Parts: sequence; C-alpha cells; structure tokens
Amino acid sequence: MYAQMVDTGTPSSATIDAREARFQQRIDDGIRIEPQDWMPERYRKTLIRQISQHAHSEIVGQLPEGNWITRAPSLKRKAILLAKVQDEAGHGLYLYSAAETLGISRDQMVEDLHAGRAKYSSIFNYPTLTWADVGAIGWLVDGSAIMNQIPLCRCSYGPYARAMIRVCKEEAFHMRQGYDLMLALARGTAAQKAMAQDALNRWWWPSLMMFGPPDGDSVHSAQSQAWKIKLFTNDELRQKMVDQTVPQAEHLGLTIPDPDLKWNAERGHYDFGAIDWDEFYNVVKGNGPCNRERLETRRKAWDDGEWFRDALVAHAEKAAQRAAAKAA
Amino acid sequence: MRTARCEYLLRFGDNALILSQRLGERCGKGPALEEDMALTNTALDLLGQARLWLSLAAEAAGDGADEDTLAYLRDDREFHNVLLVEQPNGGYADTLVRQFLFDAWASLALRQLLGSRDAAIAAIAEKAVKEVSYHLRRTSDLVVRLGDGTERSHALMQAALEALWPYHHELFIGDAVDAEMVAAGIGFEPASLRDAWLSYVREVLAEASLTMPAAGGWAPKGGKQGLHSEHLSRLLAEMQVLPRSHPGARW
Ligand SMILES: [Fe+2]
Ligand SMILES: [Fe+2]
Ligand SMILES: [Fe+2]
Repeated sequence: MYAQMVDTGTPSSATIDAREARFQQRIDDGIRIEPQDWMPERYRKTLIRQISQHAHSEIVGQLPEGNWITRAPSLKRKAILLAKVQDEAGHGLYLYSAAETLGISRDQMVEDLHAGRAKYSSIFNYPTLTWADVGAIGWLVDGSAIMNQIPLCRCSYGPYARAMIRVCKEEAFHMRQGYDLMLALARGTAAQKAMAQDALNRWWWPSLMMFGPPDGDSVHSAQSQAWKIKLFTNDELRQKMVDQTVPQAEHLGLTIPDPDLKWNAERGHYDFGAIDWDEFYNVVKGNGPCNRERLETRRKAWDDGEWFRDALVAHAEKAAQRAAAKAA
Repeated sequence: MRTARCEYLLRFGDNALILSQRLGERCGKGPALEEDMALTNTALDLLGQARLWLSLAAEAAGDGADEDTLAYLRDDREFHNVLLVEQPNGGYADTLVRQFLFDAWASLALRQLLGSRDAAIAAIAEKAVKEVSYHLRRTSDLVVRLGDGTERSHALMQAALEALWPYHHELFIGDAVDAEMVAAGIGFEPASLRDAWLSYVREVLAEASLTMPAAGGWAPKGGKQGLHSEHLSRLLAEMQVLPRSHPGARW
C-alpha cells in the first residue's frame, strides 16, 4: 500500500488471446512469472507502476523521519534511526532493481517521480512535528506496510516477490523499534506521554488511508487480484491493521482518536469511524501539507548531485580508454 | 576536574560524534542512492565509535556521566573535537574532502592506539580501525574519480580542498594532554603522524590530478582544547534540543 490506486489499464477484447489465457493459467496454478516469460503488456505496465510507486515511497519516505536524525534524543535512538532510514534507501534500491527487470530504467523512474508523473504513498506528505512522530511512523506506517507486503511475498511476479521477502524482514524490525520508542514515551514524563498521544492523533487516520480507497471505489482491484499482484482488498487489509493496532494502543495507554471505534463481537472485528476520503484524494492530488516540500527536496538532491554522477561516468570512460590504449 | 585520560577519550569521541552528526544532516539527500547509503554507513560507524569512546570517558569521569549526558549536556566549550569535523557540510565535494582528510588521519591515529598500554583504548581502536580503513579506501577512491572526472568535478574538488586544507594542521599539534598520554604509554605524539599523512594525501591527490595546497598559511586550531568555530554551538543546539528541553526525561 505504498502503492495506492494503481491503474491496471483497460483490456480490449482483442488482447485477451490464447497466450493471455495461458498466462492467466500459470498464475492460477501458482507458477511465478519471471522477467524472460511472456506477459501481457498491461500486466507489465501495471507492475511497473506498482513497484516504482513502492520504490519511490521508500525513497521519499526517508525524508519525514530523516528530519529527526540530527535531533534524536539519545545516541542509541540516533543509531537506530540512521540505520532505519538507510534500510529504506536499500528497499528503494531492491525495488528499483525489480522494476528494471520489466524494462524500465531507474533514471526513467526517477525522472517520472520528479516530473510528478509517478506517485508515492500519500502518508509521506504529512509532517513530522515532534520526536514522537518517528515512533508513530515506525509503529503505524511500517506496520501498515508490512500488512500489505507480507502477502506480496507470494505475488505472481518473481523479482517483486523476492524483493518483498527481504524488505518485510526489515520492516518488521522497524515496526518493533517504533513501538519501543512509543512505549518509552508513554511510560515517560507527562510531556512525553502527551507527545505520544498527539502523534497518534495525527498519524492514525493517514495510516488507515495508506491502504487506499474503499473497495467499492477501487476500480483496478479485481484485475490486480486476478493477476495476484494484489492478494487482499484495501478494506480487508485496513480491517486487519485496525484489529492489530487497537490492543497495541491500549498497551501503550494511548487513545485512538476515533469515538466510533468499538469491538464488534458478531463480526469478530473492531468497527471504526468514517475515513475522510476528501482529505486522502486531496493529498494524492498534491495538496497535502508536505507534497511540495518532499518533491522539491528530492529534486534538489538529484540536481545538486548531477556533477557527481556525471563525473563518475566520465572517469569510468576515461579509465576504460586508458586501459584500451595500454592494451593496444 | 577531568583527568588527562578522560579528556583524551573525549577528543576521540567528540571527533567521531560531531562528524557523524554532520553526515546525518545529509542522510537521504545524497547525489545517488548507493552513495547516500554508503555515507550513512560511515555516519553509523562513527556514531558507534563515538558511543564507545564516550562511554569509556564517562567511566573515567566517574561522576555519574554516561554517553548521553556527555553528548547532550555539555556546552561547546566542553567539546574537544578538532575544528575540521565541525565545519559545515557545504556541497557534496566539501563533505567528501572533509571526510577524506579526516579518514586519512584517523586511520593513522587509530593504528597508533592499537599499541596503547591502555587495554580499553586499544580495544576500541581495534574495532574502529577496520571501519576507518574502509572509509579511507572509499573516500580516497572517490577523490580520485571526482578529481579526474569532469572539469566541473575537478574544480569543485579543488575548491573544497583549498577551503578545508587549513584545518588539517590542528590534527598534528600536540599539547600537555598529548604529552601526558605519550609519557604514560597510552597515546601518541600528534606531530609524529604528519609525514605519513602528507605522503598518503599527496599520493591520492596526484592520482586525482588535484593540486596540494601550498605549505604554511592560515592554521586555525583550538578545538581540541574546547575553543571552537561559530559552527559548533549551532550544531549542538540542534543535536541537544530534546534532552535540554525535557530535563531528566528518558527516551
Ligand atoms: Fe521500507
Ligand atoms: Fe515498504
Ligand atoms: Fe521501514
């Protein structure tokens, strides 16, 4: 759900040919699709969108937490946070590599991000205002990410599934560390506890929005599910997240900011209040509190680094020429 | 009153801590994904080293200090890092040149400490020297590639070198604390590393087709003794804000 609302394209009846039927059969039989295998163009394009959106989310996602590296309040927490933000860069790297197997270059994906053509998760457009936000992100955002990504370890596309296995192990670690940070605050001074509650208040709803629009409005869901690149619906995953998180919040002694939150014995799930989808669509459209800043930071890092990347290429070319001249 | 040994430990700890803090400012904003991860890795290594040095310094202080009180509750006049590491990140060329000059010194300094009569110090040096040797290989390689790369990269690297060069002098100036550590068989004479440092740096710069700045000139110093540039107090204000504004809180 670092990938939200991924467009699956529109099939024309002409494209649903025998090859496509065989392709679908392979997926139904649980056989992984590998880069050299034939695949429908729409499957390839949809996966590029989904995986690159996920990769961009990892990279842009470094920024809100990175905001607190220089102000982490203990050396141990600083080390944990640095390592976490570094892990996220690594996730971006695996995911860009997985997408590259589908015939798009990393540079092209980065260009699409910077031009505003590619999306990243809406969640990273919210600001990290206090230290507790670092804990809330680990607990809720990495927590939601895992919820979505564990099933993707079984998705139909081999390179994506394998990337997810590596990523999930680390995300689980991030979630535990985030929760541990929240626990320290919840058991701390009154000011620390208030900080933790405030972070939960601000991150709760955006975290639930991470799973994407409700199933009724989720137009591309059915195709993605048939292709097994989406294994549960948005609402199913959202419900799982709520059910998992409520007892954790109780253990912290924090209150989830939803007066309608209530255990429903009949359903065996928590009922929860209405999500403000206007806010979600607005953030996706580019009008969240930090959309402009996040993209601007990424663009600036890229532009400022141009001389560095160019120089490494130039040096490699010169070195190759020198080696060739020597060999001749 | 802190002993010479305690101050000596703080010097190594503060160098690592302040440089790591500077690198942390850059995390997530590097010129390429792989480079960003590598530099963050250096920041993490240095932070790990800082924690070892500062924990040992806290033990030596014996006044209930720990790594965090030393990092978060001292003022700039009580920090003992050299001026080089507190210099602002500047552009990426500046960050790399600062790192290269420091790594070249740290790898020599830590090698000296491997033979320290103080077992705790030798143990930290042994762990740190492996990491720093790797940092130095990496920064040396980048200095060569960027010095040789394009006209633009060459100019940026040369300018960074000119700007940061004056700060190398302090690395090789000894004082009473150094003398006491040498006498006790714990430490080394800073000036004794100078020739090896210069010859290593000269070799890398030559391969990079960069020009080594002229000898002599401005040689700012005082960081080791707690007299810093204007940059450190600001760096600390940011780093220390939470423990300072929540006295006694645990995180
Ligand atoms: Fe991640
Ligand atoms: Fe992720
Ligand atoms: Fe994560």
